[in-house]
Amino acid sequence: MSDFLQSVIAYRFEIGAVILFGIGFINLLLQKNLIKKIISFNVMDSSIFLFLASQGFIEGRIAPIITGANDASLYINPIPTGLVLTGIVVSVSVSAFFLALVQRLYKKYGTVNFDEIIMLAKKEAE
Amino acid sequence: MASKKHSRFIDWVNGDTAEKVHEYKFIQKTVPPHSEQAHDEVISTRKARLFNISYEISAVLVCVILVAVLLFTVFNLPLFGSAGNPASNEVAERYLEKGLEETGAVNAVAGMILDYRAFDTFGESSVLFIAVGCVMILLMRDKNNISATEDSLEENERLIEIETNDPILQKIVLLIVPCIFLFGIYVILNGHLSPGGGFSGGAIMGAGLILFAVSFGIDAMQSFFSIKTFKAITTTALMCYATLKAYSFFMGANGLETGIPLGTPGAILSSGLILVLDICVGLIVACTMYGFYSLFARGDI
Repeated sequence: MSDFLQSVIAYRFEIGAVILFGIGFINLLLQKNLIKKIISFNVMDSSIFLFLASQGFIEGRIAPIITGANDASLYINPIPTGLVLTGIVVSVSVSAFFLALVQRLYKKYGTVNFDEIIMLAKKEAE
Repeated sequence: MASKKHSRFIDWVNGDTAEKVHEYKFIQKTVPPHSEQAHDEVISTRKARLFNISYEISAVLVCVILVAVLLFTVFNLPLFGSAGNPASNEVAERYLEKGLEETGAVNAVAGMILDYRAFDTFGESSVLFIAVGCVMILLMRDKNNISATEDSLEENERLIEIETNDPILQKIVLLIVPCIFLFGIYVILNGHLSPGGGFSGGAIMGAGLILFAVSFGIDAMQSFFSIKTFKAITTTALMCYATLKAYSFFMGANGLETGIPLGTPGAILSSGLILVLDICVGLIVACTMYGFYSLFARGDI
């Protein structure tokens, strides 16, 4: 049991990322409100960033601001940090695009409920 | 005793004794067109209800299975924080060991994203640019997508903005906004020396622009930042980035000297193109952040 607990503590960031991903995913599937769907999408994004950033960390090393010797064994891995930066920018852009689409849908149908929008669209097509 | 300059403020302090002219003038109730009756119709049939229940059960099942599989995988990953992690391979080593002399940037992350992988960052800036373009297509008000009711609502909001000048808010914002801008510029200009860079500094400056626009209204904002400024700044910054990096890639790929001095590491004017590229990225991000706010708030920049 203590082995299991120890590994849970050792992998705390990855486990947190997976749980956050699960929360975001279940809400993405179950929420009817489109705004809430976008929020859960953002929660999923954040879990991925947490996972990537935790993969770059190395125990006992410092952030890659090279002030002393340029020896790779002193600093953490800079690549996941750069990937997270890219991810955040793309996430912001995609969220803005989604929200703009939702605003247009609201203007047309007067609701942000996904089922109602589908129903109204079907009715319109008939 | 009350000088003319402060009479508004004294009126505001006195509050109840002052005459309230425009109190209920602007309140306008908007009712969503057909929400109520639509909601009843959605879950009316038995078939739809059955589908809903089965959908929810299967969604929960899929999610639980996915999380279980991912958790199982997590426990088989290399130990958190170990140096033998396959992610820290020879690429990271090279960036850390040769980065300082090859790019001149003290901050290895800035050296990586704006020198070794500058093309990737150009893609990021383009993604932001395209995103603001798409939001503009969807939300920009022009003669084709504006109705009479929306027009009157817009006019109402303008009137409210002109009427409600909150003196406390405006004084505080006048104190805070220069500090925000100073901090944003500091973060951008120190991107190659310390944590920060174009994206974070640009976001800070965008927040300052939004705060100013919120507290002083559209007219004050448009006196120095209109859609023309927005277009000019974003396109110029993006073109500048593309031209500079294309030059450096072209020369580098053909084994020629670029003639760009790297400077002494740690000085503010060092690390070649990284400083210029950081400024370009910062300008794009600041304009984009304000553009998103402005388009969502009133469909115009």
